Amino acid sequence: MKKPELLVTPKSVDHIKSLIEAGADAFVIGEQRFGLRLAGEFSLIEVEEAARLIHESGKKVYVAVNAIFHNDRLDALENYLKELQRIGVDALIFGDPAVVVAVRELEMTIPLHWNPETIATNWFQANYWFERGAKRAFLARELSLDEVIEIKENAKPEIEVQIHGMTCMFQSKRSLLGNYFLYRDQVMEIENRKANQNMFLHDKERKNKYPIYEDLNGTHIFSPNDMCLIDELTELFEAGIDSLKFDGVLHTEDYINTVTKCYRQAIDMYFEHGVDAYEEIKDELLEKIEKIQPEIRPLDTGFIFKETVY
Amino acid sequence: MLQLIENENIRETVNGKRVITKKPELLAPAGSLEKLKVAVHYGADAVFIGGQEFGLRSNAGNFSIEEMREGVEFAKKYGAVIYVTTNIFAHNENMAGLEEYLQAIEEVGVKGIIVADPLIIETCRRVAPKLEIHLSTQQSLSNWKAVKYWKQEGLHRVVLAREVGAEEMLKMKKEVDIEIEAFVHGAMCIAYSGRCVLSNHMTARDSNRGGCCQSCRWDYDLYEEVDGQEKALFTDGDAPFAMSPKDLKLIESIPHMIELGIDSLKVEGRMKSIHYVATVVSVYRKVIDAYCADPENFQIKKEWLEELDRCANRPTASSFFEGEPGYEQQMFGTHATKTNWDFAGLVLDYDQETQMVTLQQRNYFKPGDTVEFFGPDIESFKLEVGQIWDEKGNELEVANHPLQIIKFKCERPLFSYNMMRKENI
Repeated sequence: MKKPELLVTPKSVDHIKSLIEAGADAFVIGEQRFGLRLAGEFSLIEVEEAARLIHESGKKVYVAVNAIFHNDRLDALENYLKELQRIGVDALIFGDPAVVVAVRELEMTIPLHWNPETIATNWFQANYWFERGAKRAFLARELSLDEVIEIKENAKPEIEVQIHGMTCMFQSKRSLLGNYFLYRDQVMEIENRKANQNMFLHDKERKNKYPIYEDLNGTHIFSPNDMCLIDELTELFEAGIDSLKFDGVLHTEDYINTVTKCYRQAIDMYFEHGVDAYEEIKDELLEKIEKIQPEIRPLDTGFIFKETVY
Repeated sequence: MLQLIENENIRETVNGKRVITKKPELLAPAGSLEKLKVAVHYGADAVFIGGQEFGLRSNAGNFSIEEMREGVEFAKKYGAVIYVTTNIFAHNENMAGLEEYLQAIEEVGVKGIIVADPLIIETCRRVAPKLEIHLSTQQSLSNWKAVKYWKQEGLHRVVLAREVGAEEMLKMKKEVDIEIEAFVHGAMCIAYSGRCVLSNHMTARDSNRGGCCQSCRWDYDLYEEVDGQEKALFTDGDAPFAMSPKDLKLIESIPHMIELGIDSLKVEGRMKSIHYVATVVSVYRKVIDAYCADPENFQIKKEWLEELDRCANRPTASSFFEGEPGYEQQMFGTHATKTNWDFAGLVLDYDQETQMVTLQQRNYFKPGDTVEFFGPDIESFKLEVGQIWDEKGNELEVANHPLQIIKFKCERPLFSYNMMRKENI
């Protein structure tokens, strides 16, 4: 059995160094002009530096170009893709088919990873994008474990699933925070706050807190809980999921490092010492994460064990 | 007058007068066979409906295959066509039965499907090749290169994301030869459609399979966290944080959209009432026809705008068509309200000699009430209701039974399918 890749989201070039030590196998980087909801902002110069650092350690670097593009950013996208080709990153993460067209036109050789988040819901779509150049598909976080496993059984591309962290549940092109402050005639408040990443919406009825922030791509709202599958990995391992992603958006470097180490240990334990060894340490790993978990963000298992109706 | 963006191929000069030769399709929603018939009768060129599977809006009235057949036949008599929404993002379990369903839709004569999931696109192409394939707005199509992608994939038409503006539409039309459909009227998603799963998280209802519970219409409190402390970003008198969008209304931008060469103008609302469908379709029909017949002298009539507002239950706005929408295009501290006008009766028959109208009651009214009649074949007019009778000729004090047959005198001629409405005070 092949070890799945442990994919993480660094906040800076320096942070990559500690994450390599923590045992990450691959990294998602990029900038908000082209990528969505990144843990850190990396200019092209930093991407180049990061790629060198990551490749020196024999690890992989993927760049997010998964924005929902409008006409005005297409030219810049093309130049950006050319630069990424020159730098030699290991994959481009895309959601918008415009990227597929641009990559074809530029005759690029960098593999594509398909990640449109909420809409990647069945194995047919994974295979559809595989036939159009996607080497990997990232599955919607709103799927159950059974659905994930069935997709893996039928999918041609590699399958990546999120195993830890926050998930985005809403993206609007509108400036919803800015609009709220403007409505209340508090222009200064916007200048001070709207790009801050420390705001949340309180849903009194459900007693939930949803992180919210704005950037170039609009307004983003996140899940009230962090998903955490540290003690539920056996079936994902058995299914042969290719990549396990820990999305560290809106978390601190220390938090990301500790959680990465825990998953590293879980993966190694399972694949080097067997399922029993993993079962034995998993509760301890969960406790470790619980200890550093911010009070405002409870842990749950996302939709893995939750059915949705419609 | 709006600044017109030139797009040749849509007009010609006849006897020294410019006319529009490429009229866009007026596309209306229908949640039932009755609404479909009203939409067509009131001037829709095409109607989109939902089937019992694979469509969003699991709460909307949805059509059986036999009802679709009847709808297609009815529309055909008016030269109109029917599209079926099959725009869920399927999970593995939803794949069963898809082929048979698409074949049945094709067989009853539906013109095309509105679809988001490549699973359904590819299956349709394989098993029901006569159906046109229209990309749903659920794919958040926002740029011309992505339009080009779907063109290369052989799609007939794309429905744009609601976030696309006029300039962007023009560029798409210029770069890619494909039919473009854009929303002109109705309720909006505040998020990129397809990219919102608030409903999944808050109520375990899957928004991308028709379970959306409209969490974006709820109120929230905004806080910030500073050094582990939660601090409210509002005070007692402030309206709570809200992201509820006003409804889209582009009636005054229709000339602009026609000049851009947009192929289909879409009215949202499969959940909406028969009164809504009739009112919105009739007003857009009048504007499209008037502009295309004589663009130079076109002026929007005040009555049309007033008419449209009679079925509105939210304030309206232009959304992204004219630029980035600001706070004034959202609703703070207020929610949807009832419309000012109630649909009171549907005209079944009119006797020219006796000047008696026969109608089906749809809401309470009584002698002495002022009502308004409207319809595709009449100019709207008001009437004070005189004596009223039931089917058997018994005089009534009030019409208070739903679907009851009522007769009364009206000197101005009416036609079947005309509607009667009443201001609620």
